Amino acid sequence: MSALLKRSETVIFLVLLAAVIITGLLNPAAWQLSNIFSLLRANVITGIMALGVLVVMISGGIDISVPYFAMAAMYVTILGMLKTDYAGIFLPFVVSTAIGLALGGLNAFFVHTVRMIPMIVTLGTGTMVRGFLLGVIGTSNINRDQMPGQLIDFASTALVKMQAPDGSTIELSAMVLIYVALALVVHFILAHTMIGRGLYAMGGDREAARRAGFNVRRITWFAYCLSGALAGFAGLLYVSMSWLANPRDLAGTEMDLLAAVVLGGASIFGGRGSVLGTMLGVFMLVLVNNSLIILHVSTTWQRVAVGLIVITACAVTAWRDRRAAAA
Amino acid sequence: MPSPLIELRHIKKYFAGVKALDDVSLTIQPGEIHCLAGENGSGKSTIIKIISGVYEPTEGEILFSGVPARGLTPISAISHGVQVIFQDFSLFGNLTVSENLALSSELSSGRHLVNWKHVRDVARQAVESLNVKLDLDAELGTLPTSGQQLVAIARALMSNPRLLIMDEPTTALTRREVEVLFRLVRELQGRGIAILFVSHKMREMLEISEQITVLRNGRVVGSGPREQWDELSITRAMIGHDPSAETYHWQPPAEPMPPRMELKGVSLAGGYSDISFALQPGEIVGLSGLLGSGRTELAMTLFGMCPSYSGTIRIDGQDVRLANVQEAIAHGVAYVPEDRLHEGLFLTQSIDHNLLACSYARLARSGLIDFAEAGRQADGMVREMQIVAPSGDRPVMQLSGGNQQRVVIGRWLMSDARLLVLNGPTVGVDVGSKAGIHAKIRELVRRSHIAVLMISDDVPELVQNCSRIVLMHRGGLVDDFPTADVTESAVADKLKALT
Repeated sequence: MSALLKRSETVIFLVLLAAVIITGLLNPAAWQLSNIFSLLRANVITGIMALGVLVVMISGGIDISVPYFAMAAMYVTILGMLKTDYAGIFLPFVVSTAIGLALGGLNAFFVHTVRMIPMIVTLGTGTMVRGFLLGVIGTSNINRDQMPGQLIDFASTALVKMQAPDGSTIELSAMVLIYVALALVVHFILAHTMIGRGLYAMGGDREAARRAGFNVRRITWFAYCLSGALAGFAGLLYVSMSWLANPRDLAGTEMDLLAAVVLGGASIFGGRGSVLGTMLGVFMLVLVNNSLIILHVSTTWQRVAVGLIVITACAVTAWRDRRAAAA
Repeated sequence: MPSPLIELRHIKKYFAGVKALDDVSLTIQPGEIHCLAGENGSGKSTIIKIISGVYEPTEGEILFSGVPARGLTPISAISHGVQVIFQDFSLFGNLTVSENLALSSELSSGRHLVNWKHVRDVARQAVESLNVKLDLDAELGTLPTSGQQLVAIARALMSNPRLLIMDEPTTALTRREVEVLFRLVRELQGRGIAILFVSHKMREMLEISEQITVLRNGRVVGSGPREQWDELSITRAMIGHDPSAETYHWQPPAEPMPPRMELKGVSLAGGYSDISFALQPGEIVGLSGLLGSGRTELAMTLFGMCPSYSGTIRIDGQDVRLANVQEAIAHGVAYVPEDRLHEGLFLTQSIDHNLLACSYARLARSGLIDFAEAGRQADGMVREMQIVAPSGDRPVMQLSGGNQQRVVIGRWLMSDARLLVLNGPTVGVDVGSKAGIHAKIRELVRRSHIAVLMISDDVPELVQNCSRIVLMHRGGLVDDFPTADVTESAVADKLKALT
């Protein structure tokens, strides 16, 4: 029991529960099924991207290029689809994911081969890719009318569809399933594969991991490429769900991703973190943003809240790590 | 006669043209406890890394059971039966004991998936084979050092090694834990495992090993069965000459001067009480005592870091109140800390910057720093302290331990210090540099009438350099004697009597 209480997942779950109850008491609308469904839907994109950030963070690195890679991969893919009048769904996702993966490789190259600090590398590549995207590829929004229809249809697939008492339709997006499936895959990788344990080992002590026989080069490449790939996938899914491909979108949301991952108990110094924790962290973040909207708090103040969450969560984990180190 | 377990033949290793190992040959027989001795920087760790495949030798060959091994890698070294327990154990504090134990074997099995049941079984077996109790589900970081070392040993044994290399295994252990470790080492020997024990602690080497090989400056300077060695012969081999018997004699200045520093009934709650003694100009006084005797607190008080002291401190005949570091520096006190890497140096900054760190105020009388003058003075100090570096703009972290220590001491000498407090001035410094630093300190003291308080556990260092030694115990000053008429062993006995 005490072991369960000590787990950061338990702590964040309890905090989350409290937050749900409080927001529900402040505004009963928050507890309506329609709102819960839309909350879950809002988890999808942040969640998928956060999984990548989690993997990199466990390995002892950090990835703040994710939203920029997502937008670049998405935008190039959509433009390609429009140029070729491509009608499929599967291939575009593969392409967008592959672009993200390649960009992730760029991060891995600088981090491992050039031995640069991950924060600087991903700040640089993120900014560079965004600049390149807007300067060379294009800046115009692709709106509902021009968007490939099959993507929108695909992203509108409902898992549950029901009639609300007032006659409106309530539906749970099937994209939630994709998120959960990806989360299960990442969880499986982290908990049950050697490369996953290698991520933890490397994040705990890079030199010791090398000595133990882990291939730290492969692990580093794996982490950044996986993060990039998830970003590329999430980028295309995002515009399919929002019906608008804006290359400037998602800028600044790297902070949300870091917030969610750190809030979920991952250590910013590496070696600690879990998929369940991150999912709870993402939910927490989405809930806070959602509650602030319901409570009519302006979006600028939402950014203040997110910043506060990052600082608080980092302070708590730093304190925990320091205490563990002292023991 | 069966071929030796491992044989190094004429190994040479260069790092960027610097010779780390010069024609080293070493033979380890199966089931032998072999000790590799040497000062810091003598090449011990380079040998470990060559045997374990981390470094490739520039020249020479390695033979396992008489068969040459080419292109040794960490993995192939393990398959040859070599296991290294590094000083920092190379364990993962963020993982559980069982995972720490099973990781390597899971890895070498080449599997891609983790079998958690297998991990637990493997870990349980490993711990049982050592006859020790360990909580397999505990996060490793929560175990004490001795527990972590057991995990490291248990992990190393899992691959059925034929040679276990232990790098300074006793450093962080208490005497009782060392005994437990040695019992374990003998038990491992009984199973036919050879142990290469790397140490610089004389007594432990003589206690545990059968063969002793001594390295100095990358060369083997002596090798033979334990019976051939004693503490003196090992020391002689390690440092290359007899421990010097020359001592420093203080000459009172020609015209009478007030004491550089005088303490009268100085006390610090929780540190020490009623300390009274004086340091004359040109005097080097040794301060020793066990850890926790209050000696470090006393040193820190003199440097203004313990402002709540009571009693009288006089510097050059003037009453002073050392309320903070700035004030202590203003009164001419300089402090060289024990942990120079963390407290004394800006590792990434240049030698010149480090030397000048306490002199900028003096060099910037008009508010602007006179860089030409600063450069001249820094160059002068580099020459004076004989700091070996291509130029003063190299970062300090590129220097050897001895040269780093010269930088710290040089910095304070540039700052017009009149009282130098040295805490462990040559801890972790190789023997050659040690003698050089000692000579420098003595020369400077003789020339400029500064006074030095030298805190050290190193009895030869104290006896050679100090004209007087002051002993502290449990916060009190228990002895104060001149060194002119005592031997090193008499001082060592006095220190031992304190426990």
